[in-house]
Amino acid sequence: MMSVQSESSAEPLIRVERLCKIYSLESGVNGTVNSQVLYDVSLSINRGEFVAIMGHSGSGKSTLMNLLGCLDTPTSGHYWLAGRDVASLSEKELASVRNHNLGFVFQGFNLLKRMTALDNVATPLLYAGVSRAESRQRAQELLQQTGLGKFSEYQPNQLSGGQQQRVAISRALVNNPQLILADEPTGNLDTQTSGEIMGVFKRLNREKGITIVLVTHEDDIAAYASRLVRLKDGRVIHDSKVDS
Amino acid sequence: MLGMIIGVAAVVLMLSIGQGAQTTVNQAIASMGSNLFIVLPGATSSGAMRQTSGSVQTLTLGDAQAVASLPSIKAVAPIITGTAQLNFGANNWSTVVTGVTPDYFRVRNWDTEDGEVFTDTDFRSAARVVVLGQVTAKNLFGDEDPTGKTIRIKKSPFIVTGVLAAKGQSLDGRDQDDNVFIPLTTGQRQVFGSQFPGTIRFMMVQGKSPEVMEGAESEINQLLRQRHRLAEGMDSDFTVRNMAALAAVATGAAKVMSLMLGAIASVSLLVGGIGIMNIMLVSVTERTREIGIRMAIGANRRAILTQFLLEALVICILGGLAGVALGIGGAWAVSRAADMVVVITFGMVGLAFFFASAVGIFFGFYPAKKAAALRPVEALRYE
Ligand SMILES: Nc1ncnc2c1ncn2[C@@H]1O[C@H](COP(=O)(O)OP(=O)(O)OP(=O)(O)O)[C@@H](O)[C@H]1O
Ligand SMILES: [Mg+2]
Repeated sequence: MMSVQSESSAEPLIRVERLCKIYSLESGVNGTVNSQVLYDVSLSINRGEFVAIMGHSGSGKSTLMNLLGCLDTPTSGHYWLAGRDVASLSEKELASVRNHNLGFVFQGFNLLKRMTALDNVATPLLYAGVSRAESRQRAQELLQQTGLGKFSEYQPNQLSGGQQQRVAISRALVNNPQLILADEPTGNLDTQTSGEIMGVFKRLNREKGITIVLVTHEDDIAAYASRLVRLKDGRVIHDSKVDS
Repeated sequence: MLGMIIGVAAVVLMLSIGQGAQTTVNQAIASMGSNLFIVLPGATSSGAMRQTSGSVQTLTLGDAQAVASLPSIKAVAPIITGTAQLNFGANNWSTVVTGVTPDYFRVRNWDTEDGEVFTDTDFRSAARVVVLGQVTAKNLFGDEDPTGKTIRIKKSPFIVTGVLAAKGQSLDGRDQDDNVFIPLTTGQRQVFGSQFPGTIRFMMVQGKSPEVMEGAESEINQLLRQRHRLAEGMDSDFTVRNMAALAAVATGAAKVMSLMLGAIASVSLLVGGIGIMNIMLVSVTERTREIGIRMAIGANRRAILTQFLLEALVICILGGLAGVALGIGGAWAVSRAADMVVVITFGMVGLAFFFASAVGIFFGFYPAKKAAALRPVEALRYE
């Protein structure tokens, strides 16, 4: 397995070129209707960047994030992640990329029910082939770091939204990825908890150099980032550095 | 899981009852003795007895001896019966007293458990000796050993020569072990008095081999018609019944019952299967989302399929085992409550287990397989 670190640092971590996404909808009267959601999106993100993506509802932010997270495939265009053309990867290799190279944080947390916080965090390690004991130990360390050490044996429905999102972030981090993709991670949280979660992201970016791409609707959340990308109707209409 | 348990339990229960019925019938048939005819007094018309066999006495000991001399016949056991009060000390018991020749025990293939049956000498001298059936022996003697003791039959003393081995139920459901046997001659002369002056109630006739049975039947008919001086065209005043044919009918009936229970069991297994299927399909939404999450955090298709296959296997094995346990427990309860023989075979347990597992694994695995073929986004968005 190629590791991200071995790539030359000149190569951007994420490079997408003329990415398009068209959804085909089954419609009773007209047969299939194509709706294009992304138009020729090109974007480069370097290692260590903290990028906020903003835009109106329906502008294609989640669609783009899913493509970046290898959860979906583009209709056309190219995506290189750490120099590798994602389109050329097999199902197994894609699973491995999602496992090792990136961590995805969802608005709805997407934790596994009927599993403790600890097991949730440890699961990606099991898929990576790490032993159960070692996985649990590493998961426990991560929960400790995000301030959830006491809650490791709790199930998701016994945790608050903010706590669940911390578990989800710990899970995304457990395999030491270089990239965290977060689609409205604070969308379900109150202002104070949002601030705490953003603090976690900021620290990860500052202290560990982890690249973060984050979707938000809120200006004060976007203010944590060092670069702002705006989408409108599936096109990038604004891309700028911001000073934090 | 519940569907699984109930389905498996129902199949095991039904099959064990069916198998038990078959076994009971087979045992009753085997206990009758092989290659048997029963010759009864009274005529038959169109297959049914017209007169009850007790009301006419057309068969005599002489008839029995004549039949015994036919070349295709191995042995004949003439029989008289009646009920009588028995005493041993303070114990009373009213039961069937059967007068037989020593050949009877050979024809019925019936050994003693203790002591001996009476002898030809006892028969010729009309001795007051008696052989007890198991149940009668228990009722009169409790735990005591009856052999050599004296009991009273209708107040007359009889010496017990032995106790017979247990025989169980006859085809018509009577307990064959609640019975005592005395020499036919003793019965005719001393116990039943003038009720049977030289006549017998019926006789059991044993053919030499299964092959001679058909010929033997007409020989017996011919011989007895001759002895009874029946002219051509007159109805016989006796009936010859081939017990092998009767046994075949009974076996057939038991088989049909077994099959019917099997069919009912299959339906319940099917219903159980549909139950399992429903439970599995209801959780598809949840499972598809779960699979989406697992793929998003790095599970490949194979890891997911392995997990869900193992899960379905565990559910099926646990459910199947619980079902088998419940079915066996139920069968035991039925045998206790209804006093029925139930037989549990490895085959039927295996069948129930296998079928339920196949259903459970298929419906546990199939949705997972479908979900794993989706792209992660699709699985995550599934409702
Ligand atoms: N599976 C799908 N099938 C068809 N159309 C879809 C599908 N997913 C998204 N769309 C459409 O694509 C467009 C963009 O959706 P997307 O979820 O990317 O928007 P978004 O920018 O994330 O919006 P929000 O801020 O509300 O989350 C929408 O018009 C939506 O209707
Ligand atoms: Mg969205």
